[in-house]
Amino acid sequence: MQLSREDLLLAYRRMRRIRDFEDRVHIEFAAGEMPGFVHLYAGEEASAVGVCMNLTDEDMISSTHRGHGHCLAKDTDVNGMMLELYGRKDGICGGKGGSMHIADLSKGMMGANGIVGGGPPLICGAALTAKTLGTGNVAVAFTGDGGSNQGTTFEAMNFAAVLKLPVIFVFENNGYAETTASHWSVACKDIVNRAQAFGMPGISVEGTDFFAVWDAAREAVARARAGGGPTLMEVKVPRFYGHFEGDAETYRAEGEVAALKRDHDCLKIFRRRVVEAGLLSDADLDLVDAEVGDEIEASVMLAKSSPMPGPEDLLTDVYVRY
Amino acid sequence: MPKKTFKQALNEAHFHEMRRDPRVIVMGEDISGGIGASGEMDAWGGSEGVTKGLYTEFGEARVVDTPLSESAIIGAAVGAATTGLRPVADLMFADFLGVCFDQIFNQAAKFRYMFGGKAVTPVVIRAMIGAGFRTAAQHSQCLYPIFTHIPGLKVVIPSNPYDAKGLLIQAIRDDDPVIFLEHKLLYGVTGEVPDGPYAIPFGEAKVLRDGGDVTIVALALMVQVAMDAAELLSKRGIEATVIDPRTTSPLDLDTIVESVEETGHLVIVDESSPRCNIATDIAAQVADVAFHALKGPIKMVTPPHTPVPFSPALEDLYLPSAEKVAQAVEISLRSRRGAA
Repeated sequence: MQLSREDLLLAYRRMRRIRDFEDRVHIEFAAGEMPGFVHLYAGEEASAVGVCMNLTDEDMISSTHRGHGHCLAKDTDVNGMMLELYGRKDGICGGKGGSMHIADLSKGMMGANGIVGGGPPLICGAALTAKTLGTGNVAVAFTGDGGSNQGTTFEAMNFAAVLKLPVIFVFENNGYAETTASHWSVACKDIVNRAQAFGMPGISVEGTDFFAVWDAAREAVARARAGGGPTLMEVKVPRFYGHFEGDAETYRAEGEVAALKRDHDCLKIFRRRVVEAGLLSDADLDLVDAEVGDEIEASVMLAKSSPMPGPEDLLTDVYVRY
Repeated sequence: MPKKTFKQALNEAHFHEMRRDPRVIVMGEDISGGIGASGEMDAWGGSEGVTKGLYTEFGEARVVDTPLSESAIIGAAVGAATTGLRPVADLMFADFLGVCFDQIFNQAAKFRYMFGGKAVTPVVIRAMIGAGFRTAAQHSQCLYPIFTHIPGLKVVIPSNPYDAKGLLIQAIRDDDPVIFLEHKLLYGVTGEVPDGPYAIPFGEAKVLRDGGDVTIVALALMVQVAMDAAELLSKRGIEATVIDPRTTSPLDLDTIVESVEETGHLVIVDESSPRCNIATDIAAQVADVAFHALKGPIKMVTPPHTPVPFSPALEDLYLPSAEKVAQAVEISLRSRRGAA
């Protein structure tokens, strides 16, 4: 085990923060408090955190429309995110991006993305910057099973392999592209098989196991930093909520979500593992739960009492200079 | 001042800026040319030779030959620009931009706004436009109206070698995403071009000719058509002002309006297809702010609303000509407002 006690507490805190953020947003959205499109990440926490625990603020990631988890795994400010979801002036994007476009370049977060398959070509650019300037940084494209079918994603994988770019393509397969099951829409048996077509290593990981994700990502990141080129990771994860908030989820089997929450909850699995191994105690983890709970509550209260943008904000930020 | 071709002017702009700023890279298919062929790494220099010689001086780290994959090229250029490089991506024919619209429309153009002003995306996308080369419907379009429509993009369309060099240098130095479109019939055109670097600001139209009877606005290859038309008209006793906006986003409307306030007549020559193009845009804006100054109808000279044909016989009919422009001017002058 190469993770210190501090690392383990941080990993748990980040996963718990994502879960609580998402659960709270689910409630707030249902109450009609939040505008727009919201896509929740709950259930997939071990993937974002397991990968991003191997990255620095200088390593860039690109995300998806389901981006809150990736943002929080990259330590994007919780208050800034919550204010953004509420469309407030002081949101991290000034209320101009919303849930689908949260970015924090200072943390290496190149943006959630409303376009499925938009991220992989962009992240090749971040990797090209790293290679050109010789920084030793790596770049990670998070994509879903739906995005794995996009031509842009195929182009990006070939591009990265040809130019030996330091990229990790992480496909979070949560079983559904919107409402369509991936066992129907992904023609090969597993997304990981596609790595072979691009001449890059591929690894399939059980995404409810933080340690498995962390291990696989550590190896891929090390290869990329050493100039060994891209890696494809397929991470199999559950999706606890619908495609978007308000989705009636009529395409899912009865009891499916309850069973996932009971048997495939990465937070419960993590807690059991570290407590049984004597690495952390229940009390340690309960304390994190309490602190994160307070943090999320405070962020919602702050967001609700924060001002909306005004007419003076409509036309700013279109160009650097026009 | 030495005479150079449009292509040489663009090539010099690349050399100046790559020597000045190590963050400037060029990328695209065939950009050095011939990777893997016979060991010659600087063979082609892009499909038109605009980037020739760069590989020899700057090497493979900054002159990046890519696989043929437009979305990946433009997406990577946009991502590299957002993370600290200043890429110039060559996409060959502007028609091919169709397969990477997402990377341009939804990503590059919107990062700054969506991210609350925190992103800077200094990418330049170069591509060829225009008919007249017998390249038919998928290699001949003038797509600048589509890019002009998108907030967040700047759109540059030079008409001569001097402007080509100065505008490309400005494009590379500019902190916003720039679509830089080169008419393929202009590469061989010569003109006076200084040896040293100089930048031409965006949003400043160039007045190529001064005449009191009519204002003619034209872009790219159509500037020459407009100038030829002005010569024809002059022989018939009509003097035209010819204005090249040079950039359609930002657009120097003031210079156009000032001229129309003097002449009272406006003819716009635009090689892009006639619906929702730059001609309709300028016509609407001038009518909106300077209707009082118009003495006759605004006339627009464009191709018909059809894809670009292949057959030389048809393509020649397709393109606006000096005679068509002259006729449009005469119609506007004949149908003066208030005339009996």
